[in-house]
Amino acid sequence: MTALPVEVRGLVFTYPDGHRALDGLDLAVPAGERVALLGPNGAGKTTFALHCNGIHAPDEGSVTIGDLRVAEPDLPEVRRRVGLVFQGADDQLFMPSVREDVAFGPANLGLRGDELDRRVATALAAVGADGLEDRAPHHLSGGEKRRVALATVLAMEPAVLVLDEPTSGLDPAGRRELVEVLQSLPQTQLVITHDLPFALELCGRAVVIDGGRVVADGPTATLLGDQELLRAHRMELPYGFDPTVAIRTR
Amino acid sequence: MGAGHAHTLYRHGHSHVHRMAPQAKLAAAFVSVVAVATTPREAVWAFALHAGVLAVVVAAAELPLGFVLRRLLVIVPFVGVALLIPFVAGGEQVEVLGVGLSREGLWGAWNVLAKAGLGASISIVVAGTTEEARILEGLERLRVPTTLTLIAGFMLRYLVLIAEELRRARTAMLARGWVPRWLGDARPAASAAGVVFVRSYERGERVHAAMLSRGFTGTMPELDTHVTSGTDWVLGMGVATAAAATAVVAVVTT
Repeated sequence: MTALPVEVRGLVFTYPDGHRALDGLDLAVPAGERVALLGPNGAGKTTFALHCNGIHAPDEGSVTIGDLRVAEPDLPEVRRRVGLVFQGADDQLFMPSVREDVAFGPANLGLRGDELDRRVATALAAVGADGLEDRAPHHLSGGEKRRVALATVLAMEPAVLVLDEPTSGLDPAGRRELVEVLQSLPQTQLVITHDLPFALELCGRAVVIDGGRVVADGPTATLLGDQELLRAHRMELPYGFDPTVAIRTR
Repeated sequence: MGAGHAHTLYRHGHSHVHRMAPQAKLAAAFVSVVAVATTPREAVWAFALHAGVLAVVVAAAELPLGFVLRRLLVIVPFVGVALLIPFVAGGEQVEVLGVGLSREGLWGAWNVLAKAGLGASISIVVAGTTEEARILEGLERLRVPTTLTLIAGFMLRYLVLIAEELRRARTAMLARGWVPRWLGDARPAASAAGVVFVRSYERGERVHAAMLSRGFTGTMPELDTHVTSGTDWVLGMGVATAAAATAVVAVVTT
């Protein structure tokens, strides 16, 4: 049996201040699937994302990426396989130029010279950001920053992408471009978002997380059509938005 | 936060000085500044030569004179202090426009003015023709310890954001009726600065997490992307040699 790209079992994590952010989270994601992770603020979504490549270590339970458990000594390979795109693009882009930022990950993997240049060029082309190589990250627009942040992890040729609030702060055109880029990528994707129409458009499956555990898991259209579920977990569709109509017109 | 494209010090251009390898430019600038600083103050002709070389470089860099002069305003505080020296220094007095001034003080003032003016102008030309990222790249090529270039790089990268956060905190305070009048009113500004400091610290943790997730293990990977040009070194060293030779001749003859 081939191992799933992402498998999470009974994940428990408590912050040093005593806040129990994850409380027995289970999740299995097959290859190539795009899954929206929904839920209110403070539900544990970002904490979960930080477990996917070992930034946080669980108190109990496990995360496995393919055949590797997220723990030492496999962390370097796990971090290559899982591309984590942080919520604030400014935190993700820390090098003086776009080229150096995109090269940072693959260079840490030991790539140099032509192979490194090829990785940078391919990653930037994949997000439609070719031509931005020599720009300074702080001179980019919000949409450009978000796409370059995505390129910085694509350059590591990951199998799984974990995106934390990728649409926050984007204008409608920037959001549209991001949807198109993400739809064009072959990776398994976990997308944390409060943007429910975005989740519906991008992800066939959605998982609702609340109180540090999975409280609902199913087709995105079905979950978004369940008014009671949405209300119970502080989620709201935009005014006038009907997921059944949206899914028909897609 | 928008996509402001304002470089703070750099002036976009395509001159040869702009295109020159940053390490050659930085080395030439460093040698020139040392040469200016070691030139004896009495060798006025040497300062004229230094200024001549600088003028040629400014012209080659296609930097408008107004641009350089405006940036030179940064040395105004030093100029202010320098202009006081002839009034307060002791020793032999000379009469200038009916005012008794110290001869030693006049030389001291000239020394500060000439050296600060030339030294700052050299930095202005380097900063005006080299993007920040290229300056860091040049320093790395010159084997400046990576820890230093890294700190400078992070500072350049995040200073803009931190300044923006401070500006937003100030706007929020003004919007709620804060009117800064005297030192006593600085308390809210100080606490806002404290908040920005804590936020920057937290940002540092987030950046570190982002670095770890891209395989960072404690040492920065070397990212060689450009090739050094021999011509650039010849030109850079030409300028540096002219400055150094002037200084040496001035020291020997004075």
